[in-house]
Parts: sequence; C-alpha cells; structure tokens
Amino acid sequence: MNLFCVGLSHHTANVETRERFAGGAGSECTLREAGCAEALVLATCNRVEVYAASEKRVSTDQIAECLLQKAEVNDRGHSEALPFYRYEAAKCVQHLFRVASGLDSMVVGETEILGQTKKAYQSARETGAVGPCLHRLFQRAFRVAKQVRTYTEITRGSVSVGSVAVDLAQKIFGKLSDCGVLVLGAGETSERTVRTLISRGANDLRVSNRSNDRAEELAQRVGGRAVRFDEWPQQCSEIDILITSTSSETPLLTPTNLGPMLANRIDRPLFIIDIAVPRDVDPTVNEMDGVYLYDIDALRSVAEQSLAVRRQQIASAEAIIAEHVADFFDKISGELTRGSQITAGSPVADSSLPASQL
Amino acid sequence: MDRNLLIISTVCFLAAVVRTGIVLRTGFFRPGKFNFLAIGLGFLFQTAFLSIRGHAVGRCPLTNLFEVFIFLAWAVALIYLLVGPAYRLSLMGAFTAPLVVLLQGFALIAPIDIRHPVNLPANPSLEFHASVSLVAYGAFALACIAGVMYLVQERQLKTHQLRSIFYHLPPLTDLFAAITRLLWWGFILYTVGIVSGFFTGRPLPRVQVVAAIGVWLLYAAILQGRYLRRIAPKRIAALCIVGFSVALTLLWGITFSAQTHSVP
Repeated sequence: MNLFCVGLSHHTANVETRERFAGGAGSECTLREAGCAEALVLATCNRVEVYAASEKRVSTDQIAECLLQKAEVNDRGHSEALPFYRYEAAKCVQHLFRVASGLDSMVVGETEILGQTKKAYQSARETGAVGPCLHRLFQRAFRVAKQVRTYTEITRGSVSVGSVAVDLAQKIFGKLSDCGVLVLGAGETSERTVRTLISRGANDLRVSNRSNDRAEELAQRVGGRAVRFDEWPQQCSEIDILITSTSSETPLLTPTNLGPMLANRIDRPLFIIDIAVPRDVDPTVNEMDGVYLYDIDALRSVAEQSLAVRRQQIASAEAIIAEHVADFFDKISGELTRGSQITAGSPVADSSLPASQL
Repeated sequence: MDRNLLIISTVCFLAAVVRTGIVLRTGFFRPGKFNFLAIGLGFLFQTAFLSIRGHAVGRCPLTNLFEVFIFLAWAVALIYLLVGPAYRLSLMGAFTAPLVVLLQGFALIAPIDIRHPVNLPANPSLEFHASVSLVAYGAFALACIAGVMYLVQERQLKTHQLRSIFYHLPPLTDLFAAITRLLWWGFILYTVGIVSGFFTGRPLPRVQVVAAIGVWLLYAAILQGRYLRRIAPKRIAALCIVGFSVALTLLWGITFSAQTHSVP
C-alpha cells in the first residue's frame, strides 16, 4: 500500500491557482475511481491537498485531473504546469502532522487548520472514503497537533492587530461581556476591531463620530447606540474600552482632559486602543494610573513579539512531530504490507471503519 | 523525627520553586499540576509536623518563634490551597512556594527552636487567639502574593513588553478581586484574633497590643482606601506587599516579646 499526499499550497501556488481548486473538496469518489483505495481531500483557502492510500502508484497528474474534474475547471490541459508537490510514505506523514499543527500555515501556529482538517476527515469518513490507513494517520495527526499546542507555545498570543487588542482587553478585564466600549470615529478599522470585541462577548457598544449619521450607521451595524460627538467625554466615566480612530490633527485625549473624566473610576482600568494616524491620544496618558494605552505601533509590536515566539517554538514542535512520524511509520509500515495482501481484490468501500471504531 | 518531616515539606516547596525557575528561564511558562501537587504534599508534611509537635508540647504548637514561623507557613499553604484553585489562580503556587520556602528555611536554619519549660496549663482561648491571628497572617501573605502578581501583570501591560508569564497570569480585574477578598478574609480573621486576645484571662503585654492594633489599622486603612475609591488598584497591590512586610516584622517582635514575658 502506498501512502502519499499530493497538493498545492500558499507556499507553491498563488491565490489564482488555489482558487481554481476551491471546489476540489469532495473529490474522493473520483479519486477512488482513479485507483486510490482511501482518499481524503483537504481544501482550504491556503491549500488543496489529497491524502491517499493506494495499491498501485497513482500519478500526480491523475490526482490533479481528479481535482480539476471536481472543480469543474475547463483548463485541464494546464494541469501539468500546476505547482503540485508530492510526499510519499514518511514524508507524507510528516507533512500532515506539520499541517495539522499549524507549522505549514501562512500564519505559523494558527489553529483554524486543525478544525478544517477534522472537518475534511469527518466528511471523507461519512462518504466511506477513509479506511484504516487514513483513519490512523489522521487520528494520530490530531493527537500530534494537540501535543504540539500543549507542549510548545506555537499558538501563543495573537498575530493580528485586531486580535492583539482583544486579547489585551481580556487580560485586563477578563469577561468582555461586562465591559462598556466606546468607539470614536466610524471608520473601517474601528468597525473591524469592534466586531472582534463582539465576537469575544462585548455587548455594551457606543459609537461617536463627528458625523452623527455615520455614527448611527455603524451603531446599527454592530448593535450598539450612537452618542453625539460633543457628549463622548461624559461617556468616559462609564466605559472600560475606548477605541479611537478619528482623523483629528490634534490629540483628543491628554492627561489634562482625561484626568477629570477618570476621577470617579479610580478602581476600574481604562483600556485605550488608538488606531488613528496621527494619534488621537497623547502618549503620556499611558503614564496615568489604571490607563493602558496601545497605539497602532504598540499593537503591531505585540503581534510581532507573538510571531517571533511562535517561530522560536518551531524547532520544539518539529521535534515532537519527528518523534511521532518515526513511531507512526514504524507501526503502520508492517500493517500496510499486511493490509495490501488482505485488501488485494476487495472492494474499496469495504475498507471504511465502522463509526464505533472512529 | 518531627524536624525531618519539616525538611521533607520544605523540599516539596523547594521543588515547586525550582521548577518555576527552570520554566521561567526557558521563557515558556506553562502552569501545570506540579506546583499544586508539590505544595499539597508539602502542606501534608507541614500538618504532620505540627500535629506531632502539638502532641509533644500538649497544646497548639506556638510556643516559640520557630513554631510560629512554621504555623505561618502552614497557614499560607492552607489559604493557597483553598483560594488558588477556586479563583483560578493556580499560578499563585509559583509565587506562594518561595515565601513558604523562605519562612521554613529560615525557621530550620536559625537557632530559634528553643524548647521552653512549660509551666502553665494549656489555655484554649489563648491558643485560639494565636492560631486565628496566624491564619489571618496567611491571608495577608496571599494578598501580598496576589499583589506581586498584579504588579507583574500591570508592569507588562504598561510597558507593552509581554513575556510568557503574561499569558498565564489572570486578568488584572480578577487579581484585584482576589486581593480584595483576601484582604477581607485576613482582616475579619485578624479582628477575631485581636478581640479573642482580650478574653484569654491573662494580661496582654502593651507592646503586643499596640503592634497588633497598628497592623489592624494599617489593613483597615487599605480596605477603606479601596472602598472609598481613594487608592488606585496598583497602589493597593503595593500596599499589600508593604502591609505584609510590616505585619511579618511586627509578628517577629510580638513573638519575641511574648517569649521574654511568658510561655503559654
């Protein structure tokens, strides 16, 4: 039995090429017709990969043909030029473990890929395309990914500015559902940051903008309420998080005008996210007790710190993966040989495992 | 025999300290069950030691400075075990263990385990007064530790330099809530301890009374500042550290003066 992976990813193909294969998920039946005893297609925005086990060698071209067929792309003649990579046996195992652990992702350590891999596995299992070989491979991949996440800091912190801001808010306040949020400036960046806060539980939202109509529009979109621009200073005694992104040329907040606003809230921290350029908040505000000011550079710096830590953790993650690859391949290689003798001539669909074993 | 139990207990706490030191050096802090288990085990040996010592002296083992320090270390571990997991402050173990090691290490090394001839019969009221006061000190110690954690977290947030430990410390507001609760627990227990001191049936040395009331006033002022919103959380956290340092120094003085006066 041959265990292999054929695919293309953000490392080898540009987005135009990848999107041609976006409909490649669910090609398992076609792949089995092409000679794969077991097959699973992992299709995400950054990769399209086929993991398969076959009695005889199935060429990369055949796999590409199947994917194109399913994706209903009418340019099959170009498949030879496509930047597909192919990993066999232990390399295939290693590649899957790296993918599931987020090491092969565009943002190292991202965890979404694990969910997507699980979904692809579940979908292939339901169609009976996954047999004992891929079942074991993927179960082990999920275990490895969990171990990598637990024993390294590959997923530590956030690497996007919006997520960093929300992570920091959670590290200051814990539950965001109890926090009041005021947005100054109804721009696109503010909206994105507010939406990230909402996704983590924030629900008391107020929007203020020089143009009240725009404030009302944004407030309506995010489920908050609009506050007239001349009234926002009064809100500062009630809110916990302030997001500013106005186009003001001079700072809106300085220690002089913020001091009185904070007089009655000495025991509650105020988290200010200043994403405006030029900045809306005087940097010396950060020196005030209980005020935590992060401008766009500070947020980027935290994101870069997290990314650097994740990169440092790659070696530890690779070591865990290498250990599992060796162990897994030792165990499965004998079984693959035996399996090929047993399954020779038997129908492909019979190789799927009963749900109880999964 | 009893000192061996104490040495084993100290080694358990030391193991938690060493582990924390090692993981902090790697820059990858991951709070696991190790600290909690090490402290739990250390606490069992402390309890065994105090039990044996209690039987030996025929009363609550608070007859000299050595026993007072061990009892205090025991109270710190007890409050940690009660509070730590409940408020999801398991990382507190990383900060608690060094304090216990310091207290027990000092008690073991310093020549303060002097057995005094016990002439007077056991006085349950006096023992209650002393033990409740020391458990209150345990709560103040934990408030001090939560204060250290708060300041560490606050510093990282202010400077925008987030280290590995940042991701494992609780949110600032949770830490502040824990500090407040611990201050309240300590303050209530300490008040009970002081009041019960007046019902022991024995005259209390004036120095002890003044020192105890001084500590009580200090913590009352911190709590008042917190509730009247006159002191910022960062300063409350710093005051918890100052308060416990003062209280510990005075405890030494009180115990020392008590030894020179009479033995319960």
